[in-house]
Amino acid sequence: MRRPTRDTAESQRRITRRGLVIGGLQAGVMTALALRMRHLQLEQADQFRLLADENRINIQLLPPARGRVFDRNGQIIAENIPSYRITMIREQAGDVDAVIARLARLVELDPGELEKARRDLRDLRGDTPVTVADRVTWEAISRVAVNAPALPGVMPEVGLSRRYPLRDDYAHVVGYVGAVSDKDLERIEAPEALLRLPRFQIGKIGLEARREDLLRGTAGSRRVEVNAAGRIMRELDRQEGQPGADIQITLDNELQGYTHARLKGESAAAVVIDCESGDVLVSASSPSYDPNLFVRGISVANYRALLENPYRPLPNKAVQGIYPPGSTFKMVTALAALEDGQIDINETVYCPGHKEISGRRFHCWKRGGHGNVDFHRSLRESCDVYYYELALRTGIEKISAMAERLGLGEQFDLPMTSVAQGLVPTRQWKLANRGQPWVVGDSINASIGQGFVLASPMQLAVMTARLATSRQITPRLVKSIDGVEQPSGRGEDMGLNENNLREVRRAMYAVSNSNRGTAYRSRIVEDAMRMAGKTGTSQVRNISSGERATGVLNNNALPRTQRDHALFVDYAPYDAPKYAVAVIVEHGGGGSTAAAPIARDITLQALYGGDPPLEAYPTADRPRIRTQQEELRQQRLRPGAGEKDRA
Amino acid sequence: MSYLEHTVKTTPSGPRKILYLNWPLVILLVAVASVGFLMLYSVAGGSLSTWAEPQMKRFALGLVAMLIVAMVPIWFWRNVSLVAYLVSLALLIAVALVGVEGKGAQRWLDLGVMRLQPSELMKITLVMVLAAYYDWLPMSRVSRPIWILIPVTLILTPVALVLRQPDLGTSILLLAAGGVMMFVAGVHWAYFVTVVLAAVGLIFTVFQSRGTDWQMLENYQFRRIDTFLNPETDPLGAGYHITQSKIALGSGGWTGRGFMQGTQSRLNFLPEKHTDFIFVTLAEEFGFIGGVSILGLYALILIFCISAALANRDRFSSLLILGMAMTFFLFFAVNMAMVTGLMPVVGVPLPLVSYGGSAMLVLMIGFGLIQSANIHRPR
Repeated sequence: MRRPTRDTAESQRRITRRGLVIGGLQAGVMTALALRMRHLQLEQADQFRLLADENRINIQLLPPARGRVFDRNGQIIAENIPSYRITMIREQAGDVDAVIARLARLVELDPGELEKARRDLRDLRGDTPVTVADRVTWEAISRVAVNAPALPGVMPEVGLSRRYPLRDDYAHVVGYVGAVSDKDLERIEAPEALLRLPRFQIGKIGLEARREDLLRGTAGSRRVEVNAAGRIMRELDRQEGQPGADIQITLDNELQGYTHARLKGESAAAVVIDCESGDVLVSASSPSYDPNLFVRGISVANYRALLENPYRPLPNKAVQGIYPPGSTFKMVTALAALEDGQIDINETVYCPGHKEISGRRFHCWKRGGHGNVDFHRSLRESCDVYYYELALRTGIEKISAMAERLGLGEQFDLPMTSVAQGLVPTRQWKLANRGQPWVVGDSINASIGQGFVLASPMQLAVMTARLATSRQITPRLVKSIDGVEQPSGRGEDMGLNENNLREVRRAMYAVSNSNRGTAYRSRIVEDAMRMAGKTGTSQVRNISSGERATGVLNNNALPRTQRDHALFVDYAPYDAPKYAVAVIVEHGGGGSTAAAPIARDITLQALYGGDPPLEAYPTADRPRIRTQQEELRQQRLRPGAGEKDRA
Repeated sequence: MSYLEHTVKTTPSGPRKILYLNWPLVILLVAVASVGFLMLYSVAGGSLSTWAEPQMKRFALGLVAMLIVAMVPIWFWRNVSLVAYLVSLALLIAVALVGVEGKGAQRWLDLGVMRLQPSELMKITLVMVLAAYYDWLPMSRVSRPIWILIPVTLILTPVALVLRQPDLGTSILLLAAGGVMMFVAGVHWAYFVTVVLAAVGLIFTVFQSRGTDWQMLENYQFRRIDTFLNPETDPLGAGYHITQSKIALGSGGWTGRGFMQGTQSRLNFLPEKHTDFIFVTLAEEFGFIGGVSILGLYALILIFCISAALANRDRFSSLLILGMAMTFFLFFAVNMAMVTGLMPVVGVPLPLVSYGGSAMLVLMIGFGLIQSANIHRPR
């Protein structure tokens, strides 16, 4: 490019001028740096030299003992056990391979662990202690200590490690701890120095993560004198830290363990709530996994097995899983209509097996229809058409409002990971999230707990407890912290009409006690322990009109993931409610066959505080129940027995 | 045909070029690097193989790279400036998408055989593209707003990308080097005054907002600033590095504790003793005299560069040399300010002394460009 010479000359002058300005600035900065050095090195030298000598006195952090977790009866769920490990410092070891070879003669070294250690010894800074063997026995540690002179750079260390003695039963509720990752450090604002200690562990999921603040405790420190090689010569003083707080949770270990055993083999979840206090007695998600695997650092193969298991062991289905509640939602629709005065309990609706609404045909689960249906029959036999009619009369706003009063769509403040909010749809919600206006069909679907409605088993249990007690029960998971009792979730009266509630309860009673009821086969015959419940079967696929014409496929004819979810909610005893239960069996088929028997067994177990007498069961079932009880007892005596196939 | 191309005939060619290298500058570089070898030998506890030997190999590689870059005519470098800039920008974007994480920041691009840090590359190519831009832009337009917008975009895009990694040190370096390039190129000084005043005003407002309803930073961010201003309040936590560093410096005194005698670095009280904090070891072992000497060596290098820039009548060459010299200056000024507690710890190595290949190679390529501009200058 051609440029006039004048321009070049002028630009040259300007560059010179400005270049000199920059040069001057640089000189200024360098002078400042020199002055700063003079200040630090000459003027304050004496003071700093003193501090440098003090630096031979090293301050070390002492990790606090993590708070323990107990069940409501004091059974230990998470504890700290001493663990011994052997570490090695490259700089001090000299010939790493020779030292490892000598060490291998004293202690059994895991090949995988050793390979990782060799890599770390090669790659990490020479002064970093690398774990060569973890969880070694006391005998092995003693052998290493005795032979210390032959093992330069090798140090036996004692620490605490977390253990979950009950393994699978609390993996979802209490969760597990793990090493602090870079991601954790980024997430935490102003991470304390404690977190940077090698091998320090923090809660990763569940209660361990959510109440990390209480469980962690605060670090202590000690001052030690070190020699020129950095080896500790003696301890000068020590300031003990504050151990983490012990947390007692509301779960009942007996019942939790029973429930897990009972759910075994299914992809299922169960929740039991104490109707008096709102205490969560059971929060079970099946299948589960052994949290101890994660504490040690789970192997890729094990983790992949968990991820790829079609029964999905990792998520906590009890609070995190959300499902269409199906017919268990009918109490909501019923109560909304009753409160609004839209129906009299004696009024009948004719069910021909379907209902035409704005040109679309909505089917009842019973293809032949129920005939004339009144309020009690509608719930007892779970007639869908009756609820379509209620939905048309009451409208979605009042139904949604009732659902929310009963605890659906509410994200409970429980210290577990990913507590789901579920969904109670409204007109505004659909417009905002789907960009479409609400249509009457949406209300129809919602009335029987299909369509957009989603709820977690925890929410369904809360709903049942509220229906049973008229009180606004909120679930509580933490019973006490360091012995200090936490506020109960008993709740105040919801302010609903008691007559309406009584009718709903009577109908629920009929579900599992009248011989026409959908859960009659899963009744309790002991009079003082009668239960009231409701079945639910929620569809996970669309049934086409073509399929209806040729006959709806039976669940057994479908692949597992296409089958219906089976649900059951109940409370007992009917006249003085103590426990509310919700059970879901994913792709289990019908609520009455797959979920109700499980819920009944759990309810009885809770009522009797152990295996119930056979007399509580209907006569025909007793032999089968006897075998089942025996099997579950055997299984629970060997808690680790099923581990291979579960993990 | 430009002035520069017109005078090609009179510039040296072939192997004879070697004689036209700025040899004093080369000797200075070797001297500074040798100080580095010495210190790395010392912090490794008298081991050559830990850090000193790999560093020597890298420096030798750097010297070769410098020579190769120096032999290539400067107009070639001017012509590839824009492409080089765009390539490093593309790499920066790639690193944001598929980069490897290390030490909590995403900076590296794993190429299988080597790990590439595109932000290092950007330190050179940003200077190159700005020099080429102002070489092309007629003087009369330099201060027009529209023609200011272009270099500002050229600077801020990589700065934003690097800041996201997050790498505060490098973004400061890029921003300052870019700003100085614009200043030297002759952009009206009123722009710079405005920017500086605005920045001061912003900082002042942020601090005034503390504790009010419209607080502009989170509390923990304010706490970090507190820790910087007064590190002794948190000696085991965030203030640890800087407190230990000051103690080491201070205990050096006039003449230091002697080679290999520094207790601070020996006992591993010092963090990153072989990389960002190597100056501290130097100042502890060789005292004030040692510290000022290395500062003097750096100053000499700067003087050689600036005089070479002012003697060069080619606009691109002058700008390039000044920009490279500025980058070099920022490296050591930021590093020294950081370890002496004048600046927060941002992670910038001491040029040619700190252990590390990426920064070394970049600097040597930069010096290669300076040499090339010097050899191929219009005579």
